[in-house]
Amino acid sequence: MSTSAGRRSTLPGFGLTMGLTLTWLSVIVLIPLAGLFLKTLELSPDQFWNILTSRRTLNALKISFGLALAAALVNLVMGTIIVWALVRYRFPGRRLFDAIVDVPFALPTAVAGIALTSLFAQKGWLGAPLAALGVKVAFTPIGIFVAMIFIGIPFVVRTVQPVLIDLDPEIEEAAASLGARRWQTVFRVILPSLIPALLTGLALAFARAVGEYGSVIFIAGNLPNVSEIAPLLIVIRLSEYRYADATAIAVVMLVASFLIIFVVNRLQRWAQTRIPAH
Amino acid sequence: MTMELRHSLSFVAPEPNARPRASAAAGHLRTEPKPVRVVIIAIAITFLSGFVVLPLVVVFAQAFSKGASAYLAALSDPEALAAIRLTLLVAAISVTLNLVFGLIAAWAIAKFDFAGKTFLITLIDLPFSVSPVISGLVFVLLFGAQGFWGPWLQAHNVHVLFAVPGIALATIFVTFPFVARALIPLMQEQGTQEEEAAISLGASGLQTFFRVTLPNIKWGVLYGVLLCNARAMGEFGAVSVVSGHIRGQTNTMPLLVEIRYDEYQFVSSFAVASLLAMLALITLVAKTILERHLDEEELPREH
Repeated sequence: MSTSAGRRSTLPGFGLTMGLTLTWLSVIVLIPLAGLFLKTLELSPDQFWNILTSRRTLNALKISFGLALAAALVNLVMGTIIVWALVRYRFPGRRLFDAIVDVPFALPTAVAGIALTSLFAQKGWLGAPLAALGVKVAFTPIGIFVAMIFIGIPFVVRTVQPVLIDLDPEIEEAAASLGARRWQTVFRVILPSLIPALLTGLALAFARAVGEYGSVIFIAGNLPNVSEIAPLLIVIRLSEYRYADATAIAVVMLVASFLIIFVVNRLQRWAQTRIPAH
Repeated sequence: MTMELRHSLSFVAPEPNARPRASAAAGHLRTEPKPVRVVIIAIAITFLSGFVVLPLVVVFAQAFSKGASAYLAALSDPEALAAIRLTLLVAAISVTLNLVFGLIAAWAIAKFDFAGKTFLITLIDLPFSVSPVISGLVFVLLFGAQGFWGPWLQAHNVHVLFAVPGIALATIFVTFPFVARALIPLMQEQGTQEEEAAISLGASGLQTFFRVTLPNIKWGVLYGVLLCNARAMGEFGAVSVVSGHIRGQTNTMPLLVEIRYDEYQFVSSFAVASLLAMLALITLVAKTILERHLDEEELPREH
């Protein structure tokens, strides 16, 4: 990274701006994250293991990761349907619904949390009819699942949308003129070429749902071992001054997010090496 | 890991009408039978209405459920005003710092070639992938009473945690990538020719930046600031961990939403929430407008 060797231009300021970038990045992001790992090193392997395998921690991790995966799978299916409708069809309000997809990104999580709770509470607009069917959503694990679906909606849609728009129409026309039925074209020609984007969207929705806090805790009920998510357990351990416990859970979650970043990078490289759309 | 994705993709404007319909005659080969189309559209609209539109409507319905005067009263008491002030202050601090950092980082990354560029961008993106709670926790571990620098800070009577500096730090962390990520692809797209011309004509580096680069990326800057600000004002998890919830002092608007909700003051909780929901809606409208300008900005300008 020498200031002269790799430069492609004669512009000034590389050394200075790169130095400032690395400094600010270290101060705000890298050193604080490294501190988390350093704090874990203060624990003996036994202590670390005992914290992670305690019943409450294990259950919290299971709830967070399990429900996040389930919600991400729902987002995968619903996201594909939504993106198909938005890209391929014309209907009244299409542009409005396209913009609405971004609401879960933009709405502060605490607002989403209390809104979903109110909506799905037993007397809520959706909670009441569901309660009549015998389904209780708010203050149960289903509530966590619902909140995780809400925050994951944009990921699959926004990852797949540009790829579907850029898909070469000639491929499906060729399939059709070679005698493929429409469903064969969709499931054997179009969907396979969307797989890297679909998996990327799935991974991003999963990652977001695993770490989600604000939109989940209001609707969750937060019963230990039943409806207590891992981020909430971190907060509880902190408030009990059990820093070691909080840190150990956080490290596991952080390593999981690093793995997801790695998978997403791989998926994107895979997408690029596939046959270009045009 | 939120808006950056939408952002980096949205430069490829999702506007289906723009694609040339070269083979209109073959169009019927590229769509589904009408019943299938109707069902898919119905599922999409129902899902988005139930999961996204209704929660938004609920916020305003609850906020106004006891009338406009109760709504206004909930927003004008000293606690609410203190929360609004703190939220604005923290957003101003973190947006300013991230704007300066974003411009500097984008210059270094987009205008020069060097080894490890992709890795550096991944590091800048990191805060998007970290759980908000962990984003707060890392600062508790550094500045808390049991933290690395806690004892020193206590000895010197410096308050970071449970005070404005801690809230600002956590907010800067979670909003770290927005401006840089908005600018890097845009500045890479634009290349360095114009800047090189300015330098060869005798302009200084700063002159070149302010007179050549900045006018070319102004919509991108606004875009990054917009998203950064929305997240800064709405951040809950990270701020909740570092704030200490001291009433009237370290409560931001999202934290006040939580406190009032937990105290069963639903109307006043939703009243504060409605302000944040309006912020989100305004952000989305502004974002749509900016994306149109960004598409123009990205095109090579003709001279």
